[in-house]
Amino acid sequence: MRGATILKTSDDKTRQLNKHTLLAFSGEAGDTIQFAEFIQANIALYTMRNETDLGPSAVASFIRGELARSLRSRKPYNVNLLLGGMDPITKQPSLYWLDYLASSAKLPYAAHGYAQYYCLSILDKHHHPDISFEQGMKILRMCTDELQRRLPIDFKGMTVKVIKKDGIVDMEYDTSKQVLAA
Amino acid sequence: MASGYDRALSGNPDGHVFQVEYALEAVKRGTCAVGVKGKDIVVLGCEKKSAMKLQDTRITPSKIGLVDRHVCLAFAGLNADARILVDKARVEAQSHRLTVEDPVTIEYITKYIAGVQQRYTQSGGVRPFGISTLIIGFDKGSQEPKLYQTEPSGIYSAWKANAIGRSSKTVREFLERHHKDDMDRETTISLTVKSLLEVVQTGAKNIEIAIMAPGKAIEMLPAEQIEQYVKTIEAEKQEEQARKKPGRGGASGTASLPTRPLAEGEGEGSGDI
Repeated sequence: MRGATILKTSDDKTRQLNKHTLLAFSGEAGDTIQFAEFIQANIALYTMRNETDLGPSAVASFIRGELARSLRSRKPYNVNLLLGGMDPITKQPSLYWLDYLASSAKLPYAAHGYAQYYCLSILDKHHHPDISFEQGMKILRMCTDELQRRLPIDFKGMTVKVIKKDGIVDMEYDTSKQVLAA
Repeated sequence: MASGYDRALSGNPDGHVFQVEYALEAVKRGTCAVGVKGKDIVVLGCEKKSAMKLQDTRITPSKIGLVDRHVCLAFAGLNADARILVDKARVEAQSHRLTVEDPVTIEYITKYIAGVQQRYTQSGGVRPFGISTLIIGFDKGSQEPKLYQTEPSGIYSAWKANAIGRSSKTVREFLERHHKDDMDRETTISLTVKSLLEVVQTGAKNIEIAIMAPGKAIEMLPAEQIEQYVKTIEAEKQEEQARKKPGRGGASGTASLPTRPLAEGEGEGSGDI
């Protein structure tokens, strides 16, 4: 959310699509929620019609298709997305990076917007394909510390959600401590 | 039938809409479905058509379907018609969530389904849906169970307990005799199974039970548990009979269930299950 005034500090920029896929979004204020909820409704409809959940790769393809369609319309959605999911059959976690130009990439780690300039180098250095959950949280902390230290905006905290085999859980994530220059 | 009015949509001097009456006939030939409200749950029960030897029962569609996470629907009549109607309801349920940010109320989706059914009695080039539906569920944030019925004509109504489909009259009369307000979970499920046993001759393996509770996902009762209910009910019945006719009852091992005469090929070709 961008603007001269702060409207809300607890704005949740994620939508749960089914039991084990979560969509995070940023971009044009109205477009983001409108698009995310449109996707949410369609995935829910699919689940209801077929009595089965769509896997993350299928969801990503569907979203990309909708973005590509929108891009070629008179007023395209200006939305950038991250899609995290756990495949219900293979039990493999996956992360998809999608932007408003309908690019879709399956990545081990990803970021959108300004944040990526601060975070991606940290992730490049510290991420390995076989890290544990605790190590992952440690790297996330390094990223948010860097944002608190360097991002030239008033930092209002983080929403952290974890997609596990048996569902999506909200994480307590404390960013109240001041981060000093390294 | 050959009066010349049975195909016309209007202008019948008796005020009958024949197409709707034919649809009601299709409902009567469909397998039985029962809905029962308890104190804080609501149950749907269905008679399953017995599968043929080579049929794969695991992937044969059920007569009980979810319209949304909190709305469940059972139907009696033409299977293929139901699929179309249920799909329309599912789209509406999601569309409603998207536009007003709230899940549909049970009454709203009932009205919508009945509305679609009515439209198909009055439009050109279409025929009415040959199905009646029972719709159960809980409104958002509400603890009160809901049960509605819709008919091919577009009529809808609310019930404490009701049955549709083949021999629905027998089952409804049974429910009228035995339904009480404020039944707990066990009693409600038991009554549902018991009422179905009035018309289902083959017992547990031809019964399907779905249970809804506030804020919870739909629960399809596993076959073994239905079997358990059937056994208890049959034991109770035998005991009662033994008490009525001392010295004679309880001798035969088989259940003394009233069975209806087999109507071979009754539904064949008409597509009902």
